[in-house]
Amino acid sequence: MKFLRNKIDQLKKPFGKGEKWEKFAPAINALDTFLYVPNHTTKKGAHIRDAVDLKRTMITVVIALLPALIYGIYNTGYQYLHQLNGGDVAFMDAFTHGLWKVLPLIIVSYGVGLTIEFIFAIYRGHEVNEGYLVTGMLIPMIMPVDIPLWMVGLSVAFAVLIGKEAFGGTGMNILNPALVARAFAFFAYPTFMSGNKVWVSEATNVDAISGETILGSLAAGHEVHFSMFDMFSGAIPGSIGETSTLFILVGAALLIFTGVGSWRIMLGGVIGGSIMGLLFNLWDANALMAFPWYQHLIVGGFAFGIVFMATDPVSAAQTTKGKWIYGILVGFFCIMIRVFNPAYPEGVMLGILLMNVFAPTIDHYVLEANIKRRKKRLAASKQLKTA
Amino acid sequence: MSNDIRIRKGLNINLKGEAEKVVSEAPRVKTFALKPTDFHNTTPKMVVKEGEKVKAGDVIFYSKYNEKIKFVAPVSGTLAEIRRGAKRRILEVVIEADDQDVYNEFDAKDPAHLSSEEVKAFLLESGCWPFIRQRPYDVIANPDDTPKAIFISAYTSAPLAADTEFVLQGREEDFQAGINAVAKLTAGKTHLSVGKGSSFFNNIKGVEIHRVSGPHPAGNVGVQIHHIDPVNAGERVWVINPEDVAIIGKLFRTGKFDATRTVALAGSEADKPQYYRVKIGSAVKALVDNDSADVRIISGDVLTGDKISADGFIGFYHNTVTLIPEGNEYRMFGWLPFKDNNIPSTHHTSFAWLFPNKKYKVNTNLNGEERALVVTGEMEKVMPMDVYPMQLLKACMVNNIEKMENLGIYEVAPEDFALVDYTCTSKIEAQEIIRQGLDLMIKEVG
Repeated sequence: MKFLRNKIDQLKKPFGKGEKWEKFAPAINALDTFLYVPNHTTKKGAHIRDAVDLKRTMITVVIALLPALIYGIYNTGYQYLHQLNGGDVAFMDAFTHGLWKVLPLIIVSYGVGLTIEFIFAIYRGHEVNEGYLVTGMLIPMIMPVDIPLWMVGLSVAFAVLIGKEAFGGTGMNILNPALVARAFAFFAYPTFMSGNKVWVSEATNVDAISGETILGSLAAGHEVHFSMFDMFSGAIPGSIGETSTLFILVGAALLIFTGVGSWRIMLGGVIGGSIMGLLFNLWDANALMAFPWYQHLIVGGFAFGIVFMATDPVSAAQTTKGKWIYGILVGFFCIMIRVFNPAYPEGVMLGILLMNVFAPTIDHYVLEANIKRRKKRLAASKQLKTA
Repeated sequence: MSNDIRIRKGLNINLKGEAEKVVSEAPRVKTFALKPTDFHNTTPKMVVKEGEKVKAGDVIFYSKYNEKIKFVAPVSGTLAEIRRGAKRRILEVVIEADDQDVYNEFDAKDPAHLSSEEVKAFLLESGCWPFIRQRPYDVIANPDDTPKAIFISAYTSAPLAADTEFVLQGREEDFQAGINAVAKLTAGKTHLSVGKGSSFFNNIKGVEIHRVSGPHPAGNVGVQIHHIDPVNAGERVWVINPEDVAIIGKLFRTGKFDATRTVALAGSEADKPQYYRVKIGSAVKALVDNDSADVRIISGDVLTGDKISADGFIGFYHNTVTLIPEGNEYRMFGWLPFKDNNIPSTHHTSFAWLFPNKKYKVNTNLNGEERALVVTGEMEKVMPMDVYPMQLLKACMVNNIEKMENLGIYEVAPEDFALVDYTCTSKIEAQEIIRQGLDLMIKEVG
């Protein structure tokens, strides 16, 4: 191990302070710190520090995404082969087909996104932030499987440049970058992002395959022929990573256990979504409204959005009270937009983006309450003095 | 009268090398120093020149912007050297000590018969004034102010910090006399916070006793003030360390400024962690004979102390010297969750949090690199005040004075953010940011 370390130190020499390639240090540092946690010691402030760092936090989210991703890859192949041939599908056949379809999306997403991140890090002279590790994984997971790769690349570029760097980089963005990428693709290339032809692999090319989601069927008045178990386990058409509530819950368990994802936002989202679903059940004006509220929670992007998107700490509310309000409203609007949106029967993306915009406002009022308490105390103490 | 303060938020960091409750007289070292850097926001104006003789209690320098505040020699000897740093800023005033102390003696006084002004004058003249610090801003108190209350925290919660009750053993009378004196300085109450099971302070009179329990930072006087009688805009409270109260008491009883400091030597790298009696400003050589580059010598505790060299001096206010290993090492794939569980962590991405009672040997590795603030909610877990730490830090970073004031800058001191330093995923220097924020407030608001 010593040998490897020495080798790296040698390689890093020309990137050192005052050396020839100093400007490119962030790039080489980013690679080095992926092998080793650096030997930096505390210079000021507390002399000891917690074992956690942003890299560990972000990797935890990536690990939490893996079960849903692996199932998503399998399901991509399963939906295609099942509709094409009927009957049972061997796991490896489905997985291979899925991998062949999904892997390029992941490579393009990471390739384009990380290139931009590295360029900005060198340009601005700061270290490469790890946030994109998560964003880059999320983006392919919320896309329909047959989206052309160049669209993914363009959406990623838009999300990183306009959604994040324009606001000042990691930690400063208002909107969740992964959802910005999806929203960009959704509004720029609607035919590839919605309708009844895109949600199963090859549905546009092969007539025998229906690429309709459950929500799409409901909106169009078609009959839904999926069982509750299918919806929960994820053997349904949809974006790559969103279908399996079961495996999303596995990820959610890791996020909650490690404290990386806010359970308050997740629980709030489920409460908000349930309430909205129940209200619509009572109203009962069309098939989408009549759709049982608990099934609303397990179809479409709701589970994925609430667990992995709404909990992004940068774009969510930051105060504890704010997180509850934010979570409940996210759930509320996701279902409301899903049911009312005439163009497209899904609302999770727009619901979360809407609440991203309002999250600072929620925090503002939570802080105002704190400020008001302080001012009241000051007034009381002044009164005491004059009395 | 006694009131309970139960703190629930916070964090106890259990470290190896707790000081054994044995106290020995440290061997008398050759050199002592007053470090103007210990007195934040004070510019020293030298009185004594290099080579001149001083008695213990003689004025060495005073504050340039408030000439009443004097700083005196802790021991008698010869002023050996004035060490300066960049821009000729004085860093250390080194005194070569005589074998025996000769005191600059005053008349003993009974505070009961003195007015507030007379007590103040005596404290200023004797050089005891720097023991009294004010909140807000965490600087030496301005003698022209009248504080609304005085707070003394005799409950320590910082990792490996000296136990106040043990430090004050056998000095009850000095402590009581000190209380009698400082209580004169305020028209309001004098508050003394003690640990839950403590009995030593039961017989202390003239104070309001508060029983404090809970994890660090429950022992921080700022946290206690926040729960007892918070500082509002424009108000001043004063705080004094318990052992300094005893020094003030002894001054009133005997007329001598006896700068005895009981220091806990602690930490995993200390050969024999125990208590030592030294004089304020003693060279750390008195306690530690270790100039290895692999050991960090900290004057103070691991969260708020100052790094000093093996030839350095113990800080004016510090009563702990902590030795921990330097963390100048690489860890392969250290960013993997649930790896390296031997490093203490409050975050659940390591299993360390499952063993809160295990004692850890911890080094000075940053365990990562500084990043933009991303994770939310972690700072609030170690901030037992009605203050939003992240929002306040951000207000300080952008120098937004109105927002800082609104969010409670007057109620905090850098030490209250020490655990934020520790726990922050993005490794930001919260104590430094708060210090800069407070300095800005001193300049703009005063």
